[in-house]
Amino acid sequence: MSFLAATHMTCGYGGANIIEDCSITVEKGEIAVVVGPNGAGKSTAMKAVFGMLQLNEGSVVLDGRDITHVPPQDRVPLGMAFVPQTGNVFVSMSVRENLEMGAFIRDDDITPTMEQVYELFPILHEKRNQLAGELSGGQRQQVAVGRALMTQPKLLMLDEPTAGVSPVVMDDLFDRIIEVARTGIAVLMVEQNARQALEIADHGFVLVQGQNRFTDTGKALLANAEVRRSFLGG
Amino acid sequence: MEILNALALLTNFVLIPATAYGAQIALGALGVTLIFGILRFANFSHGEMMSFGAMATILFTWLLQGQGVSIHPLPTALLGLPVGILVAIGVTLTADRVVFRYYRNQRVTPITLAMASIGLMFVLAGLVRFIIGPEHQNIADGERFLISAFEFRNMTGLDEGIAIRQTQVITFVIALIAVVALFWFLQKTRAGKAMRAYSDNEDLALLSGINPDRVVKIAWIITGALAATAATLYSLDKVYQPFIFLQMLLPIFAATILGGIGQPVGAVIGAFVVAYSEVMVTYAFRRFVGYLGPNDWVPDSMIQLMSTNYKFAVSFIILVVVLLVRPTGIIRGKVIER
Repeated sequence: MSFLAATHMTCGYGGANIIEDCSITVEKGEIAVVVGPNGAGKSTAMKAVFGMLQLNEGSVVLDGRDITHVPPQDRVPLGMAFVPQTGNVFVSMSVRENLEMGAFIRDDDITPTMEQVYELFPILHEKRNQLAGELSGGQRQQVAVGRALMTQPKLLMLDEPTAGVSPVVMDDLFDRIIEVARTGIAVLMVEQNARQALEIADHGFVLVQGQNRFTDTGKALLANAEVRRSFLGG
Repeated sequence: MEILNALALLTNFVLIPATAYGAQIALGALGVTLIFGILRFANFSHGEMMSFGAMATILFTWLLQGQGVSIHPLPTALLGLPVGILVAIGVTLTADRVVFRYYRNQRVTPITLAMASIGLMFVLAGLVRFIIGPEHQNIADGERFLISAFEFRNMTGLDEGIAIRQTQVITFVIALIAVVALFWFLQKTRAGKAMRAYSDNEDLALLSGINPDRVVKIAWIITGALAATAATLYSLDKVYQPFIFLQMLLPIFAATILGGIGQPVGAVIGAFVVAYSEVMVTYAFRRFVGYLGPNDWVPDSMIQLMSTNYKFAVSFIILVVVLLVRPTGIIRGKVIER
């Protein structure tokens, strides 16, 4: 059994199902990437895994525990952290306060974790007293990931972390995500920049119209001629 | 000497009363802005929540006075205030439990909550009149002046006196303590930061494990305490009248919107702008100008921009101008959405 096993998920908004019989799995210390064309249900699948959408069918199992019916805020203490695509920082609060809020559920000393986050994102230490709303797009994403890491999650979920940042910042952000995974955290990520994301992915899930089309290692998917032709532009 | 007399005159009739009034509005506006920041609706019942708190203070003060308890030279109402605060908190928490929580769980639009608060406003107003009656109640029983105009004139030899009433000083000191305590709470404590986070980004606050029910509860507790304090100070400084709290909604909302909705610092700034504008626009500058003009010359007219009867028009004008020119307020706040 995988560390996170979201299997046979079927759900959507209102009556229509956006994703059908969709399965996503992640192992500890690995990066799993969900890619696919626009409207394939990538973000919906992400929301389903985090419990923000009720599943009509299927189940979500984290570390051997069935959490299908656990509401999203109760999944945070279980070790899941979610970085939404937009609105993922507290704009009116300082970088430091953003990190403190990330650790809200913890009662122990959070300074070591904060040091680790500063080590991973040195720019955040430099700007720790600045309001998150005053930072650039790339720096905000770092705050967002940093905030999520403050809960000391076992599974980090990122919804298009590189949306709207420059290619240089994107490469940098991917490097940091690899570092995060090396500490033993399972990373699940939805990405628009499919090629670059698959390059760092241990496992890739290609979704089309809400269903799994291809599932393989990142390398194999990049080498797959059909995947390249259909989704990676040749 | 003439200039000093002019300044003394202005201090006595504009600066000091407006500062006390501004402090009272600030405490009211802080409650409104806090509820808007957390629950995202305009709480029109805030004025009556204030009234209810002041009423409780007065009833308990009467009880104390009946027992012969006194803290002369301070007014007895200061002893009654903690009870008023507790009762007001009871009112806000009950109102949330009975009215607002239901609509919140229905995930209604902000305007529905605002309408519900108007209903609550009438209910509370009715209860207040039922319990204490519609007449005005004077509760200031302490020493009246810290410095009287007569003493001031003797001390300085000026023609104009500056009278500082004790209630004005009490108002300012208590408001200052309340505002400092509130800002310390919001900036430094865990619960305070959680409130700011929730106000900033509700969804992300949930993702961070912040308990919304707790945040809402704390917001109502603070609002109740501020409301009772504001209304008690106003009643001490002037007089307690149940109908006045409906009228006070206007300057309070003007201050809230002028400062930027959901912004506590803005609410305080807005309150003083509204208070100073209101007092200055309705003050007759005739004698002030007379002191500055040539010897023994006094203008014929009152040099008063607006009759005091129209003082609420000032708040209304500020409100309209802000909404037209800068709807986000001085400190960029939320914009009321339908």
